[in-house]
Amino acid sequence: MASLKELAAREDKLTGGHRMCPGCGAPILVRNILLTVKEPVVVACATGCLEVSTTIFPYSAWKTPFIHTAFENAAATISGVETAYRALKKQGKIDKDIKFIAFGGDGGTYDIGLQSLSGAMERGHDILYVCYDNQGYMNTSVQRSSATPRGASTTTEPAGKVSSGKKMTRKDLTEMMVANNCVYVAQSTCGHWNDLNKKIEKAMSIKGPKFINVLQPCQLGWAYPMELTVELAKTAADTCFWPLYEVERGVYKLNYDPKDRKKPLTDFLKPQGRFRHLFKPENKDLLEDLQKEIDEKWALLNKKVQCFGA
Amino acid sequence: MSIQTVAKTGNEAMAEAMRQINPDVVAAYPITPATEIVMIFSQFVADGLVDTEFVAVESEHSAMTATLAACAAGARSMTGTSSQGLALMYEILPIVSAMRLPIVMPEVNRAISGPINIHCDHSDTMAARDFGWLQIFSENSQEAYDNILQAMKICEHKDVRLPAMVTTDGFIISHCMEKIEMFDDKTVQEYVGKYPAYTKLLDLENPITLGALDLQNYYFEHKRQVAEAVKNSKKIILEIGKDFGKRFGREYGFIEKYKLDDADIAVICLGSTAGSAKSVVNELREKGIKAGLLKIRVFRPFPDEEIASALEGVKVAAAIERSDGFAGKGGPLYDEIRSALYDKKKKPLVVDYIAGLGGREITHDHLTEIFSEIGKIAATGSVENPVQYKGVR
Repeated sequence: MASLKELAAREDKLTGGHRMCPGCGAPILVRNILLTVKEPVVVACATGCLEVSTTIFPYSAWKTPFIHTAFENAAATISGVETAYRALKKQGKIDKDIKFIAFGGDGGTYDIGLQSLSGAMERGHDILYVCYDNQGYMNTSVQRSSATPRGASTTTEPAGKVSSGKKMTRKDLTEMMVANNCVYVAQSTCGHWNDLNKKIEKAMSIKGPKFINVLQPCQLGWAYPMELTVELAKTAADTCFWPLYEVERGVYKLNYDPKDRKKPLTDFLKPQGRFRHLFKPENKDLLEDLQKEIDEKWALLNKKVQCFGA
Repeated sequence: MSIQTVAKTGNEAMAEAMRQINPDVVAAYPITPATEIVMIFSQFVADGLVDTEFVAVESEHSAMTATLAACAAGARSMTGTSSQGLALMYEILPIVSAMRLPIVMPEVNRAISGPINIHCDHSDTMAARDFGWLQIFSENSQEAYDNILQAMKICEHKDVRLPAMVTTDGFIISHCMEKIEMFDDKTVQEYVGKYPAYTKLLDLENPITLGALDLQNYYFEHKRQVAEAVKNSKKIILEIGKDFGKRFGREYGFIEKYKLDDADIAVICLGSTAGSAKSVVNELREKGIKAGLLKIRVFRPFPDEEIASALEGVKVAAAIERSDGFAGKGGPLYDEIRSALYDKKKKPLVVDYIAGLGGREITHDHLTEIFSEIGKIAATGSVENPVQYKGVR
C-alpha cells in the first residue's frame, strides 16, 4: 500500500477551488480514492453535493474524465461507459486499462438510485461504486434518507414536541450489496485513510462489481464544528456505530475491532446537533435502546465473521 | 448493391436495420409491443451476427442512461422502447439532446397508462415532443427500415448532432408482416458510414467533464444551441431524404402529399392511418370527390412551411390524431397545424378528429364519415364543432 508521503506526491484528480463546504468529508474521501488508483480512471457521479459543487460550468474540479447525467442513475451511467469501453477495446480502438468509479450520496444510492445500483451490480460490470454516506439529503437542506439513523432530527422528520426524530432504523445497504452478489463489498470512513486506501487497492485488483460504503460526517447536516469531521468518522468506528469490514466473494473480514476500547454510542451522538434532543431526560429510554441496537448489530457482524470468515 | 425482397414485421424490419448498422452498444429493456426488437437483436448478439455489446438493463430509465453514457464515451449506441418505457425515459431524453448525442431509437407507438393498455396510439411519442429529439413517423415496415437508416445519418451529421426516435404504430405495423426491400449488409454499412464520435469521454489525453451544473449564466445559451440544431436538421433531413431516393429509389421529405394538389378536402395524419386514408381517397376520387391526404412523416422538427404550402389550395382539412392533448381544445397535431397556417393568407378551415385511442381501430367507415363531414363544411363554410372524437361510444 502507498504511504501518505507517496500519495501526497501524486497528482490530485479532484483539484482545489471546488465549492464543497469547509470541513466536508466527501472531497477527503474522493481525493484519497483517486490518489490511490494508479490506472486512468473515469468517474460517474450522481446528482448531489459532490456533483453540483465541483462542476459549476464553465469550471470543473475534475482532472479525470467525469460524467453526470441525473440523480438516480450513477450506476447505470458508469455501466454504460464501461460497456462502451469493452466494445471499443474489443475492436482495438482503445488499448489502455481504464478503471470505472461511480460516486453517489446516500440519497442517490440507498433511495432513488437503488434499482439502478442493484441492476448494474447484478449485470457484473467491472466497476466500483462508492457511496459517500452522510446519512441524509444534505444537498437540499438535510432531509431524511433511508440511511438516516434512528433518532436523528432531519428537516422532513424533525424532532419536535411529540417526535424524537427518525422512527425507523436505517437501511443496511452494505449487507444488501453482499446479497446482490458483488465480488467485493466494504465499509470504511473518510477518517480512516489507510483503511480506505487498502480497500480501494483491493477493489481495483478484483474484476467485477464492487461496492464500498464510506461514512462521511457532514458538518451542515449533523451540526457539529467543522474541524471534527475526521474525529467523528473515527468515533463512528470506535463506538461500532459504523464497523470497518469487508466481504470478498462472501468471505467476511473485520478490519477494526476496538475491543475493550469500544466507546459508548453517546460519544458519537453527543457532539452532533441532530441528536441533541436525545439527551433530554424524556428520551433516556430511546438512547438506551439505540445503544442496545448498535450492540446487537455489532454482535451479529462478529457472528458473520466467525461463520463466514476465511 | 443487392436488394432482397423479404417479409418482415415492423419490429423485424427495425431490428434488421439495427443489425446491419451493427452499433457498438445496445442497452434495452423489453416492453410490449417493442419487445421483439430487443429479443430479435439479442439473438443477433447471441449468434455473433453483430459486434455489439448488449446490456440487458433493469429498466428503461437505465436503458436510456446506459445508452447515453455509452454514446458519450465514444461508442455508437442504440436502444428501443414504447409507451411506459418511453415515459420512464422522459427524464433522460432532454439530457441526451442537451449533450448533443446522436442516438437513434426505434419507438413503437403505444397508449400511455392509465388505464393500462398495450395498443397503438400516439400519446407516448407526443408527450416526448418537446425534449430536443427528432421524431420520424413510419407508415409501414418499409418506411420503418428506411427511416432508421436515414435517422442514423441525420443524427450523426455534424450540423445536427441530435437524437431521434423513429416510430411505428404498435401492433398495426410492429406486428404486421409486410413485403419490404432490404439492402445487403455492406451497402447499409457503407451508407451509414463510420461513427463520427463527437463526444469522447474515454479520451484520456483530453479529459472532459460532462453533465456540469449549468446555471443562469449558461443554461439558456446551451438550450438555444439545441434549438438551433433542431432548426439546422430541416435542411439535412431533406438532403438525406433526397439522397436516399437517388441511391435506393425511395425519396423522402417531411410530408407526403397524396392526391392533394387539386384536393378540396383533405385529412392529415401520422403513421399507419395514412395507409387506410389512401384507400378511402381512392374511392372518393372514383366518385368524383376531390379528396386528398397529407401524411406528416417528420413531426420534430415540425415542417410548418411545407404543411402550409401543401394545404394552400384545400378548403377544409381534418387532423386525425391518435392522442388527446387534454387541453380542452383538441390534440397536438391540430394545434401545430393551425399554428403553421395562422400567418398564411390562403389556408383551409381545419378541424380536429381525435381517434383510435388505446388501439381502437380507425376504420374505413370512420375515414369516409370524416371526409363526408368536412365535405359539408366545405359546402357551407361553417364549422360547428371544431374538435370531435371519432369512433368513441
